[in-house]
Amino acid sequence: MTFAVVVFPGSNCDHEAQYMAETVLGQQVRMVWHKETSLSDVDVVILPGGFSHGDYLRTGAIARFSPIMGAVKAFAERGGPVIGICNGFQILQESGLLPGAMLRNRDLRFHCEYISVRVDQTDTPFTRLCTPGQVLRVPISHGEGNFFAETAVVDQLEKDRRVIFRYTNVHGEAVDASNPNGSVANIAGVCNEQRNVVGLMPHPERACERRLGSDDGLILFRSAMDALATRGALQAV
Amino acid sequence: MAAFDDATLERHGVTHEEYNRIVELMGREPNLTELGLFSVMWSEHCSYKSSRVHLRTLPTEGKRVVQGPGENAGAVDIGDGLAAVFKIESHNHPSFIEPYQGAATGVGGIIRDIFTMGARPIALLNSLRFGNIDSAQTRRIVDGVVRGIGGYGNSIGIPTVGGEVMFDARYSGNPLVNVFCLGISRQDEIVKGAATGVGNAIYYVGAKTGRDGIHGATMASAEFDDKLEEKRPAVQVGDPFMEKLLLEACLEVMKTDACVGVQDMGAAGLVCSTCETGARGGVGVEIDVAKVPQRETGMTPYEIMLSESQERMLLIVKRGREKEVEAIFEKWDLHAVHIGEVTADDKLRVKHNGVVVAEVPNLALTDEAPVYNRPYAEPTNRAAAFVFSKADLKPMPSANDGLMALLDAPGIASKRWIYRQYDHMVRGNTIALAGLTAGVVRVKGTPRALAMSADGNGRYCELNPRQGAKLAVAEAARNVACTGALPIGATNCLNFGNPQKPEVMWQFAEAVAGIGEACSALETPITGGNVSLYNETDGRAILPTPVIGIVGVIEDAERVVGRVFPSAGLDVVLFGRNLGELGGSEYLNTVHGLLRGEAPALDLAQEKALHQLLVEVIGAGYAKSAHDCSDGGFAVTLAECCFDSGATGVSVTVPAASSDGGVDLVAATLFGESASRAVMSVNPSDTAKVLDAARRLGVPAAKIGVTGGRTIAIAIDGHGVVIECPVLDAEARWSNGLSKWFGGSAA
Repeated sequence: MTFAVVVFPGSNCDHEAQYMAETVLGQQVRMVWHKETSLSDVDVVILPGGFSHGDYLRTGAIARFSPIMGAVKAFAERGGPVIGICNGFQILQESGLLPGAMLRNRDLRFHCEYISVRVDQTDTPFTRLCTPGQVLRVPISHGEGNFFAETAVVDQLEKDRRVIFRYTNVHGEAVDASNPNGSVANIAGVCNEQRNVVGLMPHPERACERRLGSDDGLILFRSAMDALATRGALQAV
Repeated sequence: MAAFDDATLERHGVTHEEYNRIVELMGREPNLTELGLFSVMWSEHCSYKSSRVHLRTLPTEGKRVVQGPGENAGAVDIGDGLAAVFKIESHNHPSFIEPYQGAATGVGGIIRDIFTMGARPIALLNSLRFGNIDSAQTRRIVDGVVRGIGGYGNSIGIPTVGGEVMFDARYSGNPLVNVFCLGISRQDEIVKGAATGVGNAIYYVGAKTGRDGIHGATMASAEFDDKLEEKRPAVQVGDPFMEKLLLEACLEVMKTDACVGVQDMGAAGLVCSTCETGARGGVGVEIDVAKVPQRETGMTPYEIMLSESQERMLLIVKRGREKEVEAIFEKWDLHAVHIGEVTADDKLRVKHNGVVVAEVPNLALTDEAPVYNRPYAEPTNRAAAFVFSKADLKPMPSANDGLMALLDAPGIASKRWIYRQYDHMVRGNTIALAGLTAGVVRVKGTPRALAMSADGNGRYCELNPRQGAKLAVAEAARNVACTGALPIGATNCLNFGNPQKPEVMWQFAEAVAGIGEACSALETPITGGNVSLYNETDGRAILPTPVIGIVGVIEDAERVVGRVFPSAGLDVVLFGRNLGELGGSEYLNTVHGLLRGEAPALDLAQEKALHQLLVEVIGAGYAKSAHDCSDGGFAVTLAECCFDSGATGVSVTVPAASSDGGVDLVAATLFGESASRAVMSVNPSDTAKVLDAARRLGVPAAKIGVTGGRTIAIAIDGHGVVIECPVLDAEARWSNGLSKWFGGSAA
């Protein structure tokens, strides 16, 4: 199985994504430079965290114009699994692949720390191995992760069960004290209508080894492998 | 003397004697551009003219030293053919004038020093000093500095894995911002900052040159006064995205063999990078400044040469390989510009549209810079000034209240408010156990990890600079050893006042002597560093503050331990002797408002034995946690071992200290800051092995109690239980001690 890690010039979590997929999960990884235009040879696309083009403008606002984004859209439209992590999530929002926008954290400060997120929906390629309500201990690291969307949009997301991850306490309760950045409805991650494109602010790829603090994040990528294996099996039948 | 009037020389910070020496070296009068070149290269910041005679005495050699002082950074052997490349540097003056940009560009500068050596930077540390936290001005500076460090490091994607901060009124006019960076390189791929090969091309890469930072090096070599605001244009503005591009592109270029030398443009910009690479390579360098990309119009050669615009690099590229190098930079949307050549003479020749505007022997700017053995003298009555008696003390608080006051002090309280603003995990190497005593990153592709710590205690150094400097080395090494790492190399950042004052120069000379003594004994040679003098405002100097960065190697990354007691039912072992020393302590400072007494004693052989013991016992897997005793003494250490543990308590009984520290025996026992001590938690089945190892290595050791319960309980032989408080109450104090000043919650 081949994971693509899209590398923008200011990506800085690309190495973690590569290490997770290659060394921890033993999969093929192709580092895809943002000026490339094809993703025809990969199975999963990861848009990693970082500061894509410096992000002096809105985060991700320039990255959406990188040549590779056309291929990412086409890959998503074919039903390929795409995950945007942190800055990757912001880029997917700017590209129109995912809803909402990110405001600055409500205390106007950068936050880097372990938090808890609850997996609310398990019918996406990245959460299918999770149990509903499972709480994951993963890090966040962002200054602009305050998810915002108009009430009507949030209502629709809830109705469509497209809120995939929520900030909670360790018991899985989505209370205000467990909301690190002010996100509306404690939203930490969402998916598109087809449910194959997932974006989240926390960093599951940073939580893939016990000795670094947690391996709770691995299940997202194992889920993607499982989804593809299942699909492959179905196609073979 | 004809060419320049006194005012011009003064503006350039060049004395009459120095000017005469310039004329002698050049064989003629310099023109204004040439005077500018000398002005910055002979500034204290670049030439180390006041410090060099002392720095020469430092131990710089050892079997693990791969690169000693003299290059952009030092390097030590960490096994498997790899080297840790590291250095610490100050950005004090700019950070006072413009905290965000001053701190940010400090981070940018030290990162460039590391990747210039061909190493990929993987970790940052910082050591910060600010005035009293109850001043709004101090909090503004703290906020700006923290945001600046985070803004740069987070964006470029290098984790800030540790740091330390202290607050004292003596830093209110001169905060200290010392930043440390560590990178990894193959030993045989380290790149030097030397120009070689006549005819090779000189390339300029990175941001365009503007008028910012002109004479920044000169500013950093003078005291502040009430004209501070006018110096703001001498502070540069950082662009971490540009530096990220430069970092990736330079490392990619260095993987080819097309490039023979690299030098970043930091202090003194183009001047420094050209003449130093020329001097190191024993060749000449000729450039045409008209080819230098410029951000502003009408810049003179003087301005272009002296600009300290950030994120710029100089590369020396093999003739015939230019296209290859240019293509790599193009990939990263950078333009490498061919601005000159390596020449056969030994001169720096600066042209402007083909016309020579400056021509100076490289060595005149570098090796021939003046060296001063400035007069130094111990201030008279110095020791007497630090004597105190019980009459100087405030009413004695109870032991419980004393502990609470210390946990609430911003220098001791949790630094979470600061470090959660730093991405301390990016790149996936940080071992993010709660409460490590040092920053720890694993080395991918090996079983090892590296630990690093930066420490310094200005209060001890004020009382006794030699002793304080030794204690700084010992503490940094002890912090590293407490994670299980063997300390193997050091870097130093020496922050002092005006070296033209004999008492400041005395502090400096004494501190360097102390560092030398301690680094020799602990086998942590100095591989590089930085000196920051003139840290004075309106004639008042900072506390003398040598900051020592120590790097250590952990053979098995799985064995790393933090300070936190992981569970109940463990034995608690205390190493070392408590002499009840309260001189210069956090207790005297916080509770009694005094900076008095004598700095703690230090037996370097005992200290080294403790480190060996820690490395051995942790390496064998016996230790469940380890934490050194330092600021605040034993009671604070023990409390900190309970914090972040989910309220695991502890109950211990310790012997009384061997003196009352001039205050009180209970206070001295609890809060005395004797060196060479650590607290460890151990499975009861391993306690005998740990105590045996301690006996074999000659380290005093005793089991003092067990973990468990929900309170911190400390009894002293003959005094009964002196402290008993719920862990969560103490932890709440400690968690909020710093954050409460910034309106932030501890959550």
